[in-house]
Order: sequence, then C-alpha cells, then structure tokens
Amino acid sequence: MAAVDDLQFEEFGNVTTTPAENPDATTINIEGPDESPMHQPGPPRGSGGEEDDELLGNEDSDKTELLAGQKKSSPFWTFEYYQTFFDVDTYQVFDRIKGSLLPIPGKNFVRLYIRSNPDLYGPFWICATLVFAIAISGNLSNFLIHLGERTYHYVPEFRKVSIAATIIYAYAWLVPLALWGFLVWRNSKVMNIVSYSFLEIVCVYGYSLFVYIPTAVLWIIPQKAVRWILVMIALGISGSVLAMTFWPAVREDNRRVALATIVAIVLLHTLLSVGCLAYFFDAPEMDHLPTVTAAPNQTFVAAKAS
Amino acid sequence: MAKAVESSGELGTTSPRPLMRDLKAVGKKFMHVLYPRKSNTLLRDWDLWGPLILCVTLALMLQRSSVDSEQDGGPQFAEVFVIIWFGAVTITVNSKLLGGNISFFQSLCVLGYCILPLTVAMLVCRLVLLAEQGPINFMVRLFVVIVMFAWSIVASTAFLADSQPPNRKALAIYPVFLFYFVISWMILTFTPQ
Repeated sequence: MAAVDDLQFEEFGNVTTTPAENPDATTINIEGPDESPMHQPGPPRGSGGEEDDELLGNEDSDKTELLAGQKKSSPFWTFEYYQTFFDVDTYQVFDRIKGSLLPIPGKNFVRLYIRSNPDLYGPFWICATLVFAIAISGNLSNFLIHLGERTYHYVPEFRKVSIAATIIYAYAWLVPLALWGFLVWRNSKVMNIVSYSFLEIVCVYGYSLFVYIPTAVLWIIPQKAVRWILVMIALGISGSVLAMTFWPAVREDNRRVALATIVAIVLLHTLLSVGCLAYFFDAPEMDHLPTVTAAPNQTFVAAKAS
Repeated sequence: MAKAVESSGELGTTSPRPLMRDLKAVGKKFMHVLYPRKSNTLLRDWDLWGPLILCVTLALMLQRSSVDSEQDGGPQFAEVFVIIWFGAVTITVNSKLLGGNISFFQSLCVLGYCILPLTVAMLVCRLVLLAEQGPINFMVRLFVVIVMFAWSIVASTAFLADSQPPNRKALAIYPVFLFYFVISWMILTFTPQ
C-alpha cells in the first residue's frame, strides 16, 4: 500500500510564467482539444511495414478509408459507375503527377497518392498528350535535321499519330493487364501482404508515363548523346516509380521470381522508350554522312578533269 | 430551361423551319464566338449545323490533293472529320464524367462553334501560302495560328468553364486546350503540293 502513496501525482505550482516574468524559463504550448488527428505519434514502425500504412498527414486519409467501402456501388451499366473513376480534383491530379516525377525511396506511389481512389483521368489524358507530343516532336525534329538538304520536302507525317496512339495505349492497358494477371496468379500461391487492383496498376503505369512528355519534347535536340542521356534519366525516374511500387507486391515470393518480375517491368519500359526514340526520331548524324563523303569525290573528279 | 430546349427543336416540330431562320441562328452564334462574352445563347439554343459547316470547310481545306501519293503526307478529309468529332465527343464525355452539368449536345455545339477562329486561320494561311515561300511566310502563318488558337481557347473557356465544378475546372479545360492545339498544328503544318 505504501507503493500506492508513492504513485500519487505531484502538484506543480502555476507554471504559466510569462517570458516577461522569467525570461530564462521555457514555456511549451500544448494544443487544445481540436488538434488535427495527424499529430498522433505512432509506435516506431519497422522497415518492412512502412509501405503498408502511410500517414502522410493528409486529413482526407481517414475520410478516404471510410468512404472506400462505399464507392463503386452502382452497377456497371450506369453512368455513375464510370464517374467513380473520375472522382479526382485538380490538386489530386497534380499531386500524383508530382509523385511520379519525384520518386522517394521507400515510398509507394499507390499507397501514397492513389489511396484506394484510382482514377482514369490521369492515365487517359497523359497517354493522349504523350501520343501527340511524340508525333509532333518527331515531326519537328526530322524537319530540323533535314532542313538544309535540297532534296527534302517537308511532310507532316500524319500517319505516325495513329501508330503512336496504338503503341502508347496498348502499352498503357495491356502491360498492366498482364502484370495484374501475373500478380493474381502468384498471389494464389504465395500470400502477399500487398496486392493491387487492376485499376491501381493502370493508374501507376499511366502516371509513370508522364515523365516521357518533357522527354519527347527535349528529344527534338538533334544530338545523339543528349537523347540517350534523356532516355537514361526518364527511365531512371519512371522505372524507379514502377519498381518501388511493385517490389512490395512480389517481395514475399520466391527471390528469383520477384527479381524477374521487376526486371521484366523495367525492361518493357526501356523497350517502349527506346522503340519510340528509334521509330519517330530520325538519327541526327546518319543523314549528313552522304553529303560529307560526296564532296571529296567531287573535288577529286574535278582535280582529275583539270 | 434545358428541358425546354431539348423538347422543342428540329426533331419535335412538324412544320418545316424556314431556312433563313436557321441561317440567322447560326450566324448569331458565329458572332458570339467572335466576340466571346458570358452569354447563354450558345448553350440554350444549341444546334449542330454551325459545327458541321465549319468542320467540313476545315477538312476540305486541310486534305491533301489526290496527286500526292506519299504515305506520310497530311491528313485526309475523313481523318480531319473523325479527329474533330471524335475529339469533341471525348472532351464532352470527359467533362460529364468529371461532374459537369452541361448536356452532351450543348458541349458539342460549343466546341464545334469555337473552331471558327481556327477555320479563319486556315483561310488566311492558304492565302498567305499563295505568296512566296520562306521564313517570313512561315512567321506570318505562325503568328496568325497562335492568335486564333488563343481566341478559340478563350471563347470555349468562356462558355464551358461555368458548367464545371470549381475544383475541377482545370481538369475539364485541359483536353480542350489539347484539342485545339492539335487542330492548330494540322493547320500550321499544311503544305500545298
């Protein structure tokens, strides 16, 4: 019983000393009862679980989690069903684009930005913009490369828009489909903590393609070295977004399978960017070679004739 | 008010509408596009004749001649037609999915009528191309196309922006920007044979 007396709280005096009274005292302000929920200190999290529960400090996180169960209740033949895929505000789209441009190591794009609210606005319009960016930049770059040649007649190369559209949209929909099917199949064999819905995968792929829009515009510069550096940078950024998103989903699996999956994802991404560069943008140096080699022959012939 | 518009229209009437009245309605909307201010005329009395006339005119002027057998030339008549109408439908569906309260045909009407400045740009470009080719020629065309592109964007934004929820206005306007940008690109890169 004596232990209980020892546990009594000590009464402190009035601690509200103003800085005027006692300039050496430090006063701490404790926030009132209406503090926002984001300041709750959680237990220190292990590195394995930090992708799974993210508290970014966004007030909507609680609301979004609560509402997640109420969404998508309309049947798929009504218009409202499809409206749930466009339920994003301007700032959310900007945040997601920003997240795809600045991949932070250890932070998962889906958990951070999508948060059970995948949208189709971003993927669709980013792909549309990318199609026209590649086609127009390719056309412009070819025009600038061939500018001095006498036999060159400018053509708008309109066919390439449809080809670009086919490639980009096929990539943005078929690769996520294949990946989702693969993950579902692996999930049936190995229980994974993290699993993504098909729309979340489409969303990640769509937003990861955003970095290629400025890359395509910069590919107009007719220098091979510049173009390959741009390929590396873009691949680094979007590849790391994809790798960091899908690593938690395959981590528990067989080591080789997990690595093979990530390698395949990055490889397909590389194939897309290099393929687009090769097909839509003419090589800068190759076309100048014939004029260079022709000149010495002409001078040689002229010297011989005289 | 929107319901009344939907029921009274070309489909509902039994007596033939006089041609002059339709032409006057189309002409009035052209004026509204050229001097855009916040009025409801384009939205209230929508019609698709104006967009059709503009689209056909633009496609006729943009198509490459039959002599040109190059695979990589400019767009054909059908391609321009499809781009304009498919683009307009996509933008309309997009704005409705985002929660806009504009009807399908009203949006098509606005987007179609706001092609008018770009059609004017195409006419000017074709006239300018009759003169001697060169960088000055290109700069003049570039300037005209840029001005008309901005005019189209301003006109369509003035009519469409109010029908969108306030926190999604940029999301609904961006596809309009892309649409007119692509049309402007087609106009600018038009090269006669």
